[in-house]
Amino acid sequence: MFRQVEGSRAVAETVAACRPDVICAYPISPQTHIVEALSQLVKAGRLSPCEYVNVESEFAAMSVAIGASAAGARTYTATASQGLLFMVEAVYNASGLGLPIVMTVANRAIGAPINIWNDHSDSMSQRDSGWIQLYARTNQEAADLHVQAFRLAEELSLPVMVCMDGFILTHAVERVDIPEQADVDAFLPPFEPRQVLDPAEPVSIGAMVGPEAFTEVRYLAHAKQMQALELIPQIADEFRDQFGRDSGGLVSSYRTEDARTIIIALGSVLGTIQDVIDARRDMRRKIGAVGIGSFRPFPLEALREAVGHAKRVVVLEKSLSVGIGGPVSANVRTALAGLDITTYTVIAGLGGRPITQASLHEVCELARDDELEPLTFLDINWDVVNRELGRRQARRRSGPEAENILRDIGTVASGPV
Amino acid sequence: MFQVRFHGRGGQGVVTAAELLSLAAFDEGRFAQAFPSFGSERTGAPVVSFCRIDDREIRVREPVMTPDALIIQDPTLLYQVDLFNGLAPEGYVLINSPRALDDLGLTDFVQQHDRRRLLTVPAGEFARQTVGRPLPNAALLGGFAALTGLISFRAMAGAIRHAFSGDIGERNVEAAHLAFDHVQNELRELAHVSAG
Repeated sequence: MFRQVEGSRAVAETVAACRPDVICAYPISPQTHIVEALSQLVKAGRLSPCEYVNVESEFAAMSVAIGASAAGARTYTATASQGLLFMVEAVYNASGLGLPIVMTVANRAIGAPINIWNDHSDSMSQRDSGWIQLYARTNQEAADLHVQAFRLAEELSLPVMVCMDGFILTHAVERVDIPEQADVDAFLPPFEPRQVLDPAEPVSIGAMVGPEAFTEVRYLAHAKQMQALELIPQIADEFRDQFGRDSGGLVSSYRTEDARTIIIALGSVLGTIQDVIDARRDMRRKIGAVGIGSFRPFPLEALREAVGHAKRVVVLEKSLSVGIGGPVSANVRTALAGLDITTYTVIAGLGGRPITQASLHEVCELARDDELEPLTFLDINWDVVNRELGRRQARRRSGPEAENILRDIGTVASGPV
Repeated sequence: MFQVRFHGRGGQGVVTAAELLSLAAFDEGRFAQAFPSFGSERTGAPVVSFCRIDDREIRVREPVMTPDALIIQDPTLLYQVDLFNGLAPEGYVLINSPRALDDLGLTDFVQQHDRRRLLTVPAGEFARQTVGRPLPNAALLGGFAALTGLISFRAMAGAIRHAFSGDIGERNVEAAHLAFDHVQNELRELAHVSAG
């Protein structure tokens, strides 16, 4: 049944419908509404049996998740930004141990400078952590992906991050068909762990592994993710059969049939991009978009197939790999190796800067004439940058950059209006 | 697509107002998207929220740049923030104030706009009478329903009752009703003047 509901609420109710045994979380914006809603559902007895563990930090959250999952409990947590960084050691352990934990990342920038707004720096920093990473385009998909994530995680015995844009999705109130309990029950069987700590049949999990076997263990982690490349579309198909709508999958194409230019992106910005593409199609421009639904594993073949016929691709990404460019672009280039396709990188939406249709139209115009810089920072204010560079050249003790710039533009962390 | 931008201050229910409008639109079978301008959630600080309403799925995620309507919950913002940024000459503006537009220093602005789409309504005052606190958001939504005809009063009242249960809900609906009647009367008078 469709409801007009906040994204965080939709995710919380969907997670509850997945019947987790243990939820452990520490609040951090913009994830807070999700775990608040879950704690209320547990307290009210609407999610039972379930133990909600109020931990003292994100490191504790992931550590409790590891213990709970290893003991055979379906386990969920959520975090964002600095919270994700704080739990990193345990994040790697969860995947290394093959524990099927599901975690929502409400995507948010990483400091310094401190910034609570949306971009993908946090989850991108964990792209090599061994977790599967799925990115939601809408709140409907964010909800649906959690149901799929538990299936995927438990089938492979690997943890899954469901990434949804902080604030843009988590705090948006829109129409969502929250998965019904009966459908979720039919789709998601009870958790049958592939490995479990059980006093009746003692095993130890987490042995030290030396050079004699470390490569093999790591290879198996990679092999599991390669297996996910087959499972993710399969699970999305089964999801469609059960729920009657498309959600998830490796990649999604939008009006790419005869496209010469294809924009590649992840997450909620794909909605804005689709509107821009419709407008440009009306202007007879041959342009389309491809969304990457699964960033880990990275769908090399599916992406190659989706954009192989284009002349150029513009990778629009919400994170910056400082010193090289865009992490998504690097992966896209691997997928397109050997093809005669020009790849542009556009870094956009950092720290919550709105990605507007007007700016996207400008990018499309420049790309069409192949006048786009290989690495473009969307809507960057060069006056501000150059003024600070000038200060640095003029004086050795030029002061803290962020504060200098805020003084220049006469604001302290204001919104878009 | 119809796009609304709400301006107010932290603590005035600016974010809730956008959500309630989206809820009312949803109840009338339309697509709606409400979201805050994120971050500045401090009591008294300027806060912006947005609501889009359409007959098809809303995909765009940028802030509302060219609003079809502005709802201004605190008139002191008129002198602090560029409230009218992006508003078309035929856009709607509803300001929470017991004073007339001229008294708010908007004489020049009024001349450039469709007069029948610019109104003040003493929403805070109505809320003080019914709820006991000058929280203007529910009343302004009642006024908005009358000003634009976009959403029925019935759907708006339903959304208000959904957000505020029981007695508080009823009092907020009452405030919305007072604002709805007030705006309808104003519009009748304006029509009378322009016909006269």
